[in-house]
Amino acid sequence: MGFDIHLENFEGPLDLLLHLIRKNEMDIYDIPIAEITAQYLAILDAMQHLNLDVAGEFLLMAATLLHIKSRLLLPVSEDEVVEEEEEDPRAELVRRLLEYQKYKDAAGNLEHLPHLEREVFARKFPAPELAEAETGELEAVGLFELVEAFKALLQQAPEPYVHQVETERLSVSDRINAILTLLGDRESLAFMEIFSVRPDRHEVVVSFLATLELVKMRLVRLLQNARFGSIWLYPAVAGDDAAATAVDEENLGYL
Amino acid sequence: MRRTLDISELKPIVESLLFVSDVPLRSERICDALEVERPLVMQALGELVGEYRDAHRGFVLEEVAEGYQFRTRPEYADWVLRLTKARPVRFSQAALEALAIIAYRQPVTRAEIDYLRGVDSGGVVKTLLERHLIRILGKKDVPGKPMIYGTTREFLEFFGLRDLASLPTLKEFSELAPGELAAGEAALAEAGAEIDDGTPD
Repeated sequence: MGFDIHLENFEGPLDLLLHLIRKNEMDIYDIPIAEITAQYLAILDAMQHLNLDVAGEFLLMAATLLHIKSRLLLPVSEDEVVEEEEEDPRAELVRRLLEYQKYKDAAGNLEHLPHLEREVFARKFPAPELAEAETGELEAVGLFELVEAFKALLQQAPEPYVHQVETERLSVSDRINAILTLLGDRESLAFMEIFSVRPDRHEVVVSFLATLELVKMRLVRLLQNARFGSIWLYPAVAGDDAAATAVDEENLGYL
Repeated sequence: MRRTLDISELKPIVESLLFVSDVPLRSERICDALEVERPLVMQALGELVGEYRDAHRGFVLEEVAEGYQFRTRPEYADWVLRLTKARPVRFSQAALEALAIIAYRQPVTRAEIDYLRGVDSGGVVKTLLERHLIRILGKKDVPGKPMIYGTTREFLEFFGLRDLASLPTLKEFSELAPGELAAGEAALAEAGAEIDDGTPD
């Protein structure tokens, strides 16, 4: 009997097992473990034969199958009445298979829903920052969004020069003060405004740290219009008392 | 106090707001903007939905992500794609499975997703985060403080769902679903062909 299986079609060991059980028309509540283990291992062999990397999860499942098989081989305890309560060693696997099948089915349902920009289309506006600012409720910026915004900027930032005589190293405290000055008499500051026209990587990183420090010190609040809209810095309502705290590298621990 | 609008006056006004909105527009925002009572706005929205559905238009008014948005009818997708030349997002099976688990079981941790799928889902979870379909909801209060994930508003928009309750019902299986055998067999046949000319010796 051959086990010609298109391996990439299987999402994982559970998927492969489901396939084998179906193909052999086995009863899921009474899986012949010896047989399925043999077939499963034969497929792993074939995978290795084709020089495919057998993912660790497949090996783990092989071990699980062998473990179940060995437990089934153990003689049933003499003391049958007491031991009867013991669960079939296959039960957990069956539960996992059925549970996996449930989500696989749900995944299929998602695939069949009309997708935006595949089956259905909505109007899109190139949102200029200013027009965006007019609209909508502001919501707090999550760390993930903030990191993404900086990551996007870092990707644009040029690699550091190889040949450079003297660098003016910006310090985090300088950046904090610069941002606070910028924010000084403004109501809000667009995220991009805290950078020079073409920030290098160093500036982006230092500004990122400065922004995090400002949020931590509760001097600044980060808000955005819609999720993943542009980010705005607002002075925190806390008042000026906090601003009085001396900001230096030593306090921040960046030295 | 402003004179109250009647429904025939209100409907085109609501329609114009929907037209200019670039995201699904919530009824509350329409109420706030127009200073009109909610039942009247809901009536206007309901009638508009019905009118666009019954009219032979290229688009309809749909309820998505707890708001209302004009969207093209699916049957014209091929034509629209000719204009936009957009490459529709294609999901891998792995991504869909992870997304389904997160959608139905949120809040959910990576470990739970991995266990349910039987494979490591780190890569697909990252992709889903980057596509803004899921987000980190916080950390679970158990040892290790693992992150917990849930779906985003973009997820609802993407799949045209009104809210999470309108996800397709999760089917409970007590047996193996026979339906997929055909697909599996097709994969097998295909695999047979590929392995025949692929294997050395």
